[in-house]
Amino acid sequence: MINAFSKLSAVHQGGVLILAILTAATLIIWLLKKLKPQSNWEELVNRIKSWWVMAAVFFGAISLNRNISLLFFVLLSFWALKEYVTILKTRRADHWALLLAFIAVPVQFYWIYIGWYGMFLIFIPVYIFLFLPILLMLAQEPSGYLESSAKIQWGLIAFVYGLSHLGYLMKLPMIGGHVISGQALLLFLVIITEMNDVFQYLWGKTIGSHKILPKISPKKTWEGFIGGALTTTVFSLLLKFLTPFNACQVMLVAFTLAIAGFCGDVVMSAIKRDVGIKDFSTVIPGHGGMLDRVDSLCYTAPIFFHIIAYFYFQGVISFL
Amino acid sequence: MFQKLFFLLFVKPFMALFIGLRVYGKHNLPKVHPFIIVANHSSHLDTLSLLSIFSIKDLHRIQPVAAGDYFNRNRFVSFLTHKLFNILTIPRSAINKENHPVKLMKNALEQGNSLIIYPEGTRSLTEEIGRFRPGIAHLIKEIPGIKVIPVFLANMGRSLPKGEYLPIPFFCEIVIGEPLLLQADKTAIIQTLENAVKRLKHSYEEYYREQI
Repeated sequence: MINAFSKLSAVHQGGVLILAILTAATLIIWLLKKLKPQSNWEELVNRIKSWWVMAAVFFGAISLNRNISLLFFVLLSFWALKEYVTILKTRRADHWALLLAFIAVPVQFYWIYIGWYGMFLIFIPVYIFLFLPILLMLAQEPSGYLESSAKIQWGLIAFVYGLSHLGYLMKLPMIGGHVISGQALLLFLVIITEMNDVFQYLWGKTIGSHKILPKISPKKTWEGFIGGALTTTVFSLLLKFLTPFNACQVMLVAFTLAIAGFCGDVVMSAIKRDVGIKDFSTVIPGHGGMLDRVDSLCYTAPIFFHIIAYFYFQGVISFL
Repeated sequence: MFQKLFFLLFVKPFMALFIGLRVYGKHNLPKVHPFIIVANHSSHLDTLSLLSIFSIKDLHRIQPVAAGDYFNRNRFVSFLTHKLFNILTIPRSAINKENHPVKLMKNALEQGNSLIIYPEGTRSLTEEIGRFRPGIAHLIKEIPGIKVIPVFLANMGRSLPKGEYLPIPFFCEIVIGEPLLLQADKTAIIQTLENAVKRLKHSYEEYYREQI
């Protein structure tokens, strides 16, 4: 059996690992339910159910075919941006700027599809950044102009630019001598980011007592943050086979991702707080869901991508 | 046929994937036609999304009531909206006994068709619900026992406001209230309806305030 496992590609080994983690988690919850039936396990049961679904969809999307994966990331990015703009308070004058933001989604992924690295890097931070304020200005409504501009730009950078790094990661060529594909790197990034969320949640739930950011995210604790980050760091050793790193490097990268993921999570919480307290005046549906799952990735994806690009692809990815 | 295909291939996928339409209280829709849906109005998406929640085979039974001067402004628009949305156009001016809106709507209901009515009379430019016009009260009094379903439509006006032609994919929502049987004098009917839609709006906002 171990022999059969070692014959699988790194990505498929990653899939087996996900399966093992989910099975273990499901069994543990089942056991806990048997041992302590009086406690309320419903939230945990629901969470694990949705993890099964998300893991299946994600693994299917990234392991089948690169174009399908890219399309999956377009939809992910589109849905996240959609949730973000819906909870914002927007003005009538923002119509065309918002439209541009949504048009930027497929365009940004098109640069990935054709492998135009230089354009992928600058399209949103340079061209959209310059063009979007022009559209907003043309609406001739100065009151609230800067706020609208900032809100829309922020969403684009986080949910389109940030998440699109997941797509480019897959586009990376094989790393020589390591037989590591972009898909394996992507799998590493996503498993580390999501497991970090889970570890922080579990540590916080079990021993958490000292609040870390009470005004932003009242449920987050120092114990959850530190326990989660350290667990993620050690856990990353299990995933070393998905990366070109040695043991020390993989732990360092995982630790960085744990901190970045936490930051993404609480930054998004700050936005929700802001909307919920200050801007909540008319109709604002707070479709959480997708945003809650990708907020950490918005931070970890670009950071991980540039670590990889810096150490393994300098001079390899062409800018033209 | 034309309408069925259009909804199956375009409107329903558009609502599910682009708008991400959510519907609350669908069980409040009566199983038998005819009935009257009364909703707030802020966008062309209102009618599109309301029609999209019905099954394809029921579509021909539902007629959105629309302003004749706007939807019959040229033959192309008129042809398309009648074919695709099965609209019932009523005049807003030069009303006589023959083309009286109440009479036209009553005829449609008596033929067994359900109606979608926006009693504000026009698309609102803000998120606020405007005053309901009295015409609908005359209609309800004419047809005793007709079920009236109050509906609140959220975010449609943000997505496609009056004056714009390209929608932004804000999440939009339909909140369907319990059917009302209205028998009273006209001002009371109008007030009850207006309050019912406003109450749906209020409970919807409360719901999301708790979510955040």
